[in-house]
Amino acid sequence: MTRIKREIYEKEISACSLFGAMNRNKERFTGEGVISAIANMHVRGNGLGGGFAIYGLYPKYKDCYAFHIMFERRNKDAKKETDAFLSMNFDLVYDEEIPHGDAKVVNPPLVWRYFVIPKKRREEENFSDDDYVVQKVMHINTKIEDAYVFSSGKDMGVFKGVGYPEDVAEYFFLDKYKGYIWTAHGRFPTNTQGWWGGAHPFSILDWTVVHNGEISSYGTNRRYLEMHGYYCTLHTDAEVMTYAVDLLMRRQHLPMSLVARIFAPPFWELIDRMDENERKLLTELRMVYAPMLINGPFAVIIAHHDEMIGLTDRIRLRPLIAGVRGEMFYLSLEEAAIRLLSQKLDKVWTPNGGEPVIVRINR
Amino acid sequence: MKSYLLPEFIIERNEERCIRCRVCERQCAFGVHYYDEELDKMFSDEEKCVSCQRCVVFCPTNALVVRPNPSQYKLNYSWNREKISDLIKQAETGGVILTGSGNDKPYRIYFDHLVLNASQVTNPSIDPLREPMELRTFLGCKPDALALKINSETEFIPNVMIETPIIFSALSYGAISYQAFNSLAIAASKYGTLFNTGEGGLPKELRKKYGRNAIVQCASGRFGVDPEYLNCAAVVEIKIGQGAKPGIGGHLPGEKVSYSIAATRMIPEGTDAISPAPQHDIYSIEDLSTLIYTLKEATNYEKPISVKIAAVHNSAAIASGMVRAGADIIALDGLRGGTGAAPKIIRDNVGIPIELAIASVDKRLREEGIRNRCSILAAGGIRCSADVVKAIALGADAVYIGTAALVAMGCTLCQKCYTGKCNWGICTQDPYLAKRINPEIASRRLLNLLRAWSLEIKEMIGGMGINAIESLRGNRDHLRGVGLHEWELDVLGVKGAGE
Repeated sequence: MTRIKREIYEKEISACSLFGAMNRNKERFTGEGVISAIANMHVRGNGLGGGFAIYGLYPKYKDCYAFHIMFERRNKDAKKETDAFLSMNFDLVYDEEIPHGDAKVVNPPLVWRYFVIPKKRREEENFSDDDYVVQKVMHINTKIEDAYVFSSGKDMGVFKGVGYPEDVAEYFFLDKYKGYIWTAHGRFPTNTQGWWGGAHPFSILDWTVVHNGEISSYGTNRRYLEMHGYYCTLHTDAEVMTYAVDLLMRRQHLPMSLVARIFAPPFWELIDRMDENERKLLTELRMVYAPMLINGPFAVIIAHHDEMIGLTDRIRLRPLIAGVRGEMFYLSLEEAAIRLLSQKLDKVWTPNGGEPVIVRINR
Repeated sequence: MKSYLLPEFIIERNEERCIRCRVCERQCAFGVHYYDEELDKMFSDEEKCVSCQRCVVFCPTNALVVRPNPSQYKLNYSWNREKISDLIKQAETGGVILTGSGNDKPYRIYFDHLVLNASQVTNPSIDPLREPMELRTFLGCKPDALALKINSETEFIPNVMIETPIIFSALSYGAISYQAFNSLAIAASKYGTLFNTGEGGLPKELRKKYGRNAIVQCASGRFGVDPEYLNCAAVVEIKIGQGAKPGIGGHLPGEKVSYSIAATRMIPEGTDAISPAPQHDIYSIEDLSTLIYTLKEATNYEKPISVKIAAVHNSAAIASGMVRAGADIIALDGLRGGTGAAPKIIRDNVGIPIELAIASVDKRLREEGIRNRCSILAAGGIRCSADVVKAIALGADAVYIGTAALVAMGCTLCQKCYTGKCNWGICTQDPYLAKRINPEIASRRLLNLLRAWSLEIKEMIGGMGINAIESLRGNRDHLRGVGLHEWELDVLGVKGAGE
């Protein structure tokens, strides 16, 4: 039997700026405000990563999965291989290079968008469309060299790259797009090499995560996710967070309110004083999902269609501020960035550590 | 026959300090010290000395020093003093050499080659004096996911809660004195953790008060097993093997089987209590499954069932089979695990170090996607709180401490447990010796140990930026190896320091 070698990997450590804005009436708005808000937190990043997730982005193709795929070093072979793979597994409705200009970004790859509909073979008919897409995305990410899927949801998309977020926005002309949820991220990795795929948001299907923090439970979380078939190939904390959200919310159908209590559970001394039903639920939750406790400092904004969630770690080692003005809802690491968009706010508050802020579309 | 053995220790008595109080004489069950009335002088029979240091500690004038006898054979790395002495003993007796406590040979202690991480700059360390720091641990099988059905009793596999990931290892009544056994029970219940009865049963009068903190064993001799015994406990443990003597049974000589021990073990007074090497109803993995489910039936599926094995070459594959056979807890006892009596040749040569066993079992169970279906208890060679942290980071849920608990009560590792003459009153059934343990005081020493280690664990994990012990479990990123070979790092699944 051959010996299985221990893995030696470099874990990426980074700090960041986060911003999220949502119109609860699902009215789409342009990116100028969000771009200026994230730019206002310029010093929280160091120009080695910026990105945006936009929901309500492609109403014209809202029934298609929108793939944003980057080809590193503008590798033509990777593009060819990906095109072949996509046309074998999907019906291609439309595709084009994502328009871009000139901006202060580093080594831009080729970024292409595809609007596709799953073309399942007989043996794959049992898969739901979502599971089918996840499987194909994992294939592209792990099997096709130099190809990496930024995002794969419907009517949404992720734009990211190496540079300050405002430069990435300029590069992709993001001020021209409209959406009803925007999340944004500026990155401060401690290592020097930035890779476009390593920038935030991280995304699978229509789930996106922008994250600030260093997870001290990374080893425990990663090894638990491996048991469920998620392999953390990027070695970033945000990747762990993204897969955890996918596992708990999409695959196990847990509501966000409980997922927040798995990531950032109340302390035992609090649980022990709760009434019986709640105590029982939280005890079992902590017992079963102990390996999914996200320990160490983090602030995160998770989004999918119709919902945006903000959460910090349970002892609140990272900041997070929430603000409301009319139908607009904001989440930010700094209040100043919110005030920049809306001088007057109906309500602004600092959620407690581990207490999720969940914003939903008005029905 | 004249014995050719060199005395192992020499006793130096400072005559100026000695006041002939004869404390040393009274304290020594081995009969080392004696008083000569005519000369008004204390003498000692050094051949009998085991270096338990009891007389040294109790001498009111500090007149005694007991140290290794410096006489030596010609230096020889192959035929060292121990090899020659053991051979002489066998030439003179023709028997198997017995010993007590754990393997003392210089096998690599991996704990001493692993260093821990701490947060600097990018991640704040957490101060346990100011912030909550949680060590609460649950032992037992966890479901893959929590089924959230409103108003339906989710079928939940029972777990046992402990307030610190440290449990007292199996120390049976019979092997140790009633007083020592009682002390462990008191300390475990006061701290909110568990003690393990070993295979000697649980005296009836202790069941009501301490049963809920007890892991009761069902071993190859089936001593003391009755429905009440199983049902009063927190956990039932099937003992397959022991780190100090993998593959070997046990033998409590008849002279130790007093009325009370006989009643507890449910055997006639004065008869030898012999535990066969294997459990004679377990010759295969499916037999183990039968016993596991028999015990689950007997306890109404209300208790986790643990299976304890010695860490041996194929532990990983065996452990995986045990989980599939229905075990809720896997207890692994490593090469350095202790014993009341074992053949020395077995103790010193059989089994593998616990650190490697934890790492390989944890890894295998994860690869097979069944790690959540059991808890791993690591035993054998846990000497300090850092060992606990390292064991948990390698993948254990909690640790068993046996030798460490005995040392807290007074044991000095003289390794003469099998003689029944323990001067510290721990490993003896002689009422004169056993009453040297006052359960009130000994349990306080044990409680202090649990408290001190727990505080230190909180300091260490807080430094890593972790405030709940579950975030350390299997978190090998917080370990680095120093001075280890590549294959050892592979097995442990850790990077080398600086990597």
